[in-house]
Amino acid sequence: MTTTESKATERSRISFVQSINEAITQEMERDPNVIVMGEDVAGAPGKKDQGFEDAWGGVFKLTKGLIGKFGPQRVLDTPISEAGFIGAGVGAAATGLRPIVELMFVGFYGVCADQITNNAAKMHYMFGGKVTLPLTIITNTGTGAGAAAQHSETLYSIFTHFPGLKCVVPSDAYTAKGLMTAAIRDDDPVIIFLHKLLLGRTRAGLRPSEEYAVPEEPYIVPIGKANVAREGEDLTMIGIGYTTGLCLQAADALQQQGVNAEVIDLLSLSPMDEETILESVKKTRRAVIVDEDYPRCSVASDISALIAEQAFDYLDAPPKRVTPPHSPVPYSIMLERLFAPTKEKVIEAASEVLEA
Amino acid sequence: MPDVHPMPDKSTAFSLYEGMVTIREFEERARREGDAGKPVGGIHSSVGQEAVAVGICHYLRKDDYVLGNHRSHHHCLAKGVDMKEMMAELMGKATGTNKGKGGTMHIADKNVGMLGANGVIGSNVPVAAGAALSAKIRGTDQVAVVFFGDGGANQGALHETLNLAAIWNLGVIFVCENNRYAESTPVEYSLAGGSVANRASAYGIVGETVDGQDVLDVSTAMERAVHRARAGEGPSIIEAKTYRYYGHHGADDPLRYRTREEEEFYRNRDCIANFKTRIIEEELGTGEELQEIDASILEALDEAVKFADESPWPDPDELVADVYVNY
Repeated sequence: MTTTESKATERSRISFVQSINEAITQEMERDPNVIVMGEDVAGAPGKKDQGFEDAWGGVFKLTKGLIGKFGPQRVLDTPISEAGFIGAGVGAAATGLRPIVELMFVGFYGVCADQITNNAAKMHYMFGGKVTLPLTIITNTGTGAGAAAQHSETLYSIFTHFPGLKCVVPSDAYTAKGLMTAAIRDDDPVIIFLHKLLLGRTRAGLRPSEEYAVPEEPYIVPIGKANVAREGEDLTMIGIGYTTGLCLQAADALQQQGVNAEVIDLLSLSPMDEETILESVKKTRRAVIVDEDYPRCSVASDISALIAEQAFDYLDAPPKRVTPPHSPVPYSIMLERLFAPTKEKVIEAASEVLEA
Repeated sequence: MPDVHPMPDKSTAFSLYEGMVTIREFEERARREGDAGKPVGGIHSSVGQEAVAVGICHYLRKDDYVLGNHRSHHHCLAKGVDMKEMMAELMGKATGTNKGKGGTMHIADKNVGMLGANGVIGSNVPVAAGAALSAKIRGTDQVAVVFFGDGGANQGALHETLNLAAIWNLGVIFVCENNRYAESTPVEYSLAGGSVANRASAYGIVGETVDGQDVLDVSTAMERAVHRARAGEGPSIIEAKTYRYYGHHGADDPLRYRTREEEEFYRNRDCIANFKTRIIEEELGTGEELQEIDASILEALDEAVKFADESPWPDPDELVADVYVNY
């Protein structure tokens, strides 16, 4: 970075991870009831006297530096016991705190699903609205790291299935900070899904500029609102988190063929911005939905049903879904590439929809 | 533990007696209302276990937290949840503790520290640790108590939470109501080592076994546990040996898995009858005085049932209200 580089340009180099970290830091400064819990969220707990502290700062460094600022009272390393500490998050949320808990990989939901789906999701309703649960669950998703079947899943649909949970998926450093801040301040339980291939990315990529600056001051990206990331007339491509980037890349490639695609960055899965989806599809008459989650009973199939049920008369082609096959995530890099959506698969799907 | 605890003063003894009779009569009345065709669903009766809830809650403050399980009417009543609102909740009425949206297994009233019954076995144990953690971070000396059964003792969530509460030194008290059966499964079959309290030693915390049919044995152990919790000396397990007189739920005939002789043995050790005998024999009060307490409880129950009967059904809009704070 040159000394002449403007502050705004510098802020365009903020990575996705730094954005999340900044959001948590700012909210912890703002509200003493915000705490963080999870495995290795600081690291080397209890070893400060030996010179060890903040050894990890989270497996993806999302919480790096927090313990130095806020101490072990508010940044709690936990044993490997997701049912225990996510359940404790529920209890702490019910009694006045705003806990942020990290479920290291979404596939680990299996050992703590009871706390998320039976307690976090239901208590507000079940108790007649008299108990609120301002709990934020951070979890990491996605293929692309050769982490195989249990550490590479997406699983949005499991959580969106449950009334009472909110689910958000940032697509870049800007939406990461804004959605993280919104999640912490929200009075309902919110799960924020972070794709591991986005974590190191800056907003600007190789083109740092003021245009891509992530604001330093706290801000909110509203939960429940999709963003039209690219305007177009010929078809609508709907992306979720990481796949929004694939849609934008595909749209650039399609532009060279004279096709002007609209890209919706969904951002929020529950609640879902049905209005923005339907408005766009009614305009373009064609839809491609790109989702890295398993295809059965998925957010992609839900959107497809929404379009078919509520925009049928406007359609020039059936909605098309780009998803992995109905298979666990494979390990081998060659197989993993076949599994996940890619720019090429999105272009192919778009071409099919356009030719229909 | 001494064989016989000295009786407390008259007002304390009367209060403990009243607490236990209130629970028993509430449960019996709720059962009868259900049998009479009222919309009372699937009650897990706590009759027989009254001394545990009353003995545990006796040393709690209103702002302490209690978390229950599927069989929790006694916990709610002992913690001070309004009987009328409970009866209305059982009937699914708008005036219920949970606006008719929780029912028998989910009664909650945060205003008196009842953070909720929970129908999933073991599910509330981690939540209790969270309430205790919250108290610690907020700098209060509030205590969190979680009730679970001998069935819940074998859930993984309990073991995770015992570990967590121990390493974080949380003011949470784990109360196991060992009524000898998880549905039809006896502890002799299901509980390795034969003791829940002894499992405390593995976590380096205090575990005590008490006679759950003796309210004073329960309350004195609880006094020690509350003292430890408030003093920052960490969590405790209290295992109360008790017995449920009825089946797992209303439709369960317990004679499918236990003998009449066994039931008789426990019914002859009834927590209320024995305590009543001691009050009278040790001349803390007369039978007439106790009858007056009984009568006032029955009167309050009549009022509770009337309140529930006359209360409106939830508004249809309530179906989708309170799914979220905002959505």
